[in-house]
Amino acid sequence: MAKQFKEVHFNLNGRDVTTVVDVRASLTDMLRGDFRMTSVKKGCEVGECGACTVLIDGEAFNSCIYLAVWAEGKQILTLEGLMGPNGELSDIQKAFIDETAVQCGFCTPGFILTATEILNAGVEYTDDELRKLLSGHLCRCTGYENIFRAVKKTMYQRLGKPWPEG
Amino acid sequence: MSRNIGKSVARVDAFDKVTGRAKYTDDRCDRGALVARVVRSTIAHGYVKSVDVSQAEKIPGVVKIVTCFDVPDIKFPTAGHPWSVEEAHQDVADRRLLNRHVRYWGDDVAAVVAEDEVAAAQAARAIKVEYETLPFVLDPIEAMQPGAPVLHKEYPDNVLKHTSSRSGDYAAAIQEPGLICVDKWYEVPTVQHCHIENHICFAYGENGRIVVVTSTQIPHIVRRTVGQALGIPWGNVQIIKPYIGGGFGNKQDTLYEPLCAWLSLQVGGRTVKLDIPREDTFVSNRVRHAQKIHIISWVRPDGTYAARKLELYSNQGAYASHGHSIAAKGMGAFPQMYPCPNVECDSYTVYTNRSTAGAMRGYGIPQVMFAFESHTEDVCRRLGMDSLAFRRKNLMPVGYVDSFSKNENYFDTFNQCFDKAIAYMDYERKHREYENQTGPVRKGIGIAPFWYNTAVWPISLEHSSCRMVLNQDGSIQLQVGETEIGQGADTAYAQMAADVIGLKDYTDVHVQSCQDTDVTPFGLGAYASRQTYTAGFSIRQTGLILKDKILEYANEMTRVAKYDLDIVDSQIVRVTDGRVLMPLSQLATEAFYSLTHSVHITAESTYQIKNNAYSFGCCCAEVEVDIPLCKVKVTKIINVHDCGRLINPALAAAQVHGGMSMGIGYALSEQLLFDPKTGRPLNNNLLDYKLSTVMDHPHLEAQFVENYEPTSAFGTKALGEPPACPVAPAIRNAILNATGVEVDQAPMTPHVLYRRFCEEGLIHDSWREEEQ
Repeated sequence: MAKQFKEVHFNLNGRDVTTVVDVRASLTDMLRGDFRMTSVKKGCEVGECGACTVLIDGEAFNSCIYLAVWAEGKQILTLEGLMGPNGELSDIQKAFIDETAVQCGFCTPGFILTATEILNAGVEYTDDELRKLLSGHLCRCTGYENIFRAVKKTMYQRLGKPWPEG
Repeated sequence: MSRNIGKSVARVDAFDKVTGRAKYTDDRCDRGALVARVVRSTIAHGYVKSVDVSQAEKIPGVVKIVTCFDVPDIKFPTAGHPWSVEEAHQDVADRRLLNRHVRYWGDDVAAVVAEDEVAAAQAARAIKVEYETLPFVLDPIEAMQPGAPVLHKEYPDNVLKHTSSRSGDYAAAIQEPGLICVDKWYEVPTVQHCHIENHICFAYGENGRIVVVTSTQIPHIVRRTVGQALGIPWGNVQIIKPYIGGGFGNKQDTLYEPLCAWLSLQVGGRTVKLDIPREDTFVSNRVRHAQKIHIISWVRPDGTYAARKLELYSNQGAYASHGHSIAAKGMGAFPQMYPCPNVECDSYTVYTNRSTAGAMRGYGIPQVMFAFESHTEDVCRRLGMDSLAFRRKNLMPVGYVDSFSKNENYFDTFNQCFDKAIAYMDYERKHREYENQTGPVRKGIGIAPFWYNTAVWPISLEHSSCRMVLNQDGSIQLQVGETEIGQGADTAYAQMAADVIGLKDYTDVHVQSCQDTDVTPFGLGAYASRQTYTAGFSIRQTGLILKDKILEYANEMTRVAKYDLDIVDSQIVRVTDGRVLMPLSQLATEAFYSLTHSVHITAESTYQIKNNAYSFGCCCAEVEVDIPLCKVKVTKIINVHDCGRLINPALAAAQVHGGMSMGIGYALSEQLLFDPKTGRPLNNNLLDYKLSTVMDHPHLEAQFVENYEPTSAFGTKALGEPPACPVAPAIRNAILNATGVEVDQAPMTPHVLYRRFCEEGLIHDSWREEEQ
């Protein structure tokens, strides 16, 4: 079967972009290959580990099981786009540093983007709810302990409430 | 000297990792790279009779197909051990680049190089392999029986190695009247490391040499093994190791670097990338050795051991990898942990037709701790003795010296760790209260200590090399051969170097994290929880050399005697009155550009480490057991470690969390299953292999006892692997406390618990009883 290509237009990290992709390509492949968004990590390529997570119109998706052509007309945020224009870290990135939530760093981009979606909801989640919301990501280094703390701490900060474990 | 050491400073690589900038192997690969795929055997044991590539070659984009009939006839070792110049101590060389004699389901038969991933995958599927099928064996004890299928003709009984140790007279000792005999078997499963970055490498030719960029823990060792595998001078190989997405021992082995390098050479040195899919990582990288462990204890009614015996059968899988070292380390712990005058130990590492086992966090100790500490609890039940009191009485005493390693137990670490764990968990009260529960859901609490020794001396070479370079601004470039693999080693090195030299802040030390065997000083990489221990020596030694050179230059500039000068907070200070003479940056700039005496101030040295250190601790876990559902939930858990002085307490705690998580998985959910009918792996993916998620843990409490380790350059000792060692037996003993049922097999899944609860009468299943 001859390869088929299609032109895709979308917004990547605030910038309108256009590219031509192999219709079989995953969003992971397009972001890593065509745009060199190397924060989008490949850990399983079948939607099990969460390392390739990006935000599509504000919602977290495993980009490895999302076709590149489906990006048409979408707003896509990768970790490269989370930093402010002058290099300012977002609160959740800073919390990952302060709470020692980073080890090998391979699951980190995906976790931070899912956390961004969770935090943008502006909801005060219980521990159980928060754990469930984060459970689509696998990490082998941290036991999730400090990742969970970083997200929870930032949630309270955004809600303007004292962090119970502060 | 502790402005930086002992502080929970942020990781040196944290910013790059939270912004997605940190570059891993695939991020450094050129987009134009060719892509390789490995064709794997679909039988567990046999010979490749023929390989038909005719259909595969027609697929557009295919560049080259090679098979097991094309590779050089060279056998090579893969273990991430230092090479031995004595032939008798060299690692077993039983690997080829591709295999005609396939020894496990998933063995490497052929490889495709193509222009893109899709073409490579399609071609790999289109290759037809014809096999002569042989009988296979999956269990180590069955593999030792006469008539079992033979994997390697050099090992007709499949025993890769058998070692034993004897002390006292076991046979005579068990004649003592009044002894109670506890004779039990324990079994632990095959598990996989599951680092989130799969093993990946790419190779290309440059200046007549071969360069391999790879996700490895051991770049300098891989350089040697690639040279050996390809039969080329080792100097013609350059290994580059960028950030890696976890290793846990799997990447303390040569994986696909030799094949990738060879494939590149088959296509004229063009760049070839070999990215191992997750499913193949489970099967064709390394796994943790499954073991069957038999312990016989002869104990007096007063709770002292008269004689003990250990038999350990370690499932090596198809190839030698780290070989017997893992079983040997586990066996070595047996006579040391509970010293007893009459001990017999035997361990066997046995080839089987399963995925190859190698190093994995703990290197044999998580396996044996499950057996040893389950057994301790079982012995105490027979005696009617409190197991904590028994452990306090019988564990390795202060002042114990191991005759082989010369390791000394300097401190009362076991008791100190127990005390912290007990206080946090309220262990003693709960343990009594939970003993006689009724009802479907019961609580339990359990405890387990562990034995671990840092590094590998005197079994093999331990040395560390370090290079420091003074920059114009008074900052330092630092290189060591010990690798950053996610554990935070680079940050610890920066903290240590800053304090040795007298720099104000650890951020004044720039650690060259990406290692390159052309540039990085020779070192053995990351393993054996030795990085802060071994690198500490070379960092301290090299830092002092550098400092001395700086002070010599300061003497030239100030005329103050070198001995009256010091570096404090990055300033040159006159010691006699504390006067600041100049900032280090001024000296550094002068040294670079002086018209009278310009010098590039650098230091480099190697330290050979001829000692080793015990690193002990314990885990205490509380569980809730739902008997009808046969499910266990960990509700509270703590690990307490004595890893000496903490260089960075926050990073140390983070190491402990990760190990505890791995231990919880080992106890309750993780196992790689193989179909007994075909030898095919059944759950080699992250959906069916049950890695813990954030929902499967309670809060993970990490605490420390800080006894300054006297043999260490900075008072530190092992912490990387130890946290994974005591968790599974602590959980097992908690289940015992809750239910009164001894479960002697991990993982303690509902399947296992159902069988045990039925056997012990906790569950009455009329269907099951009728079947029997």
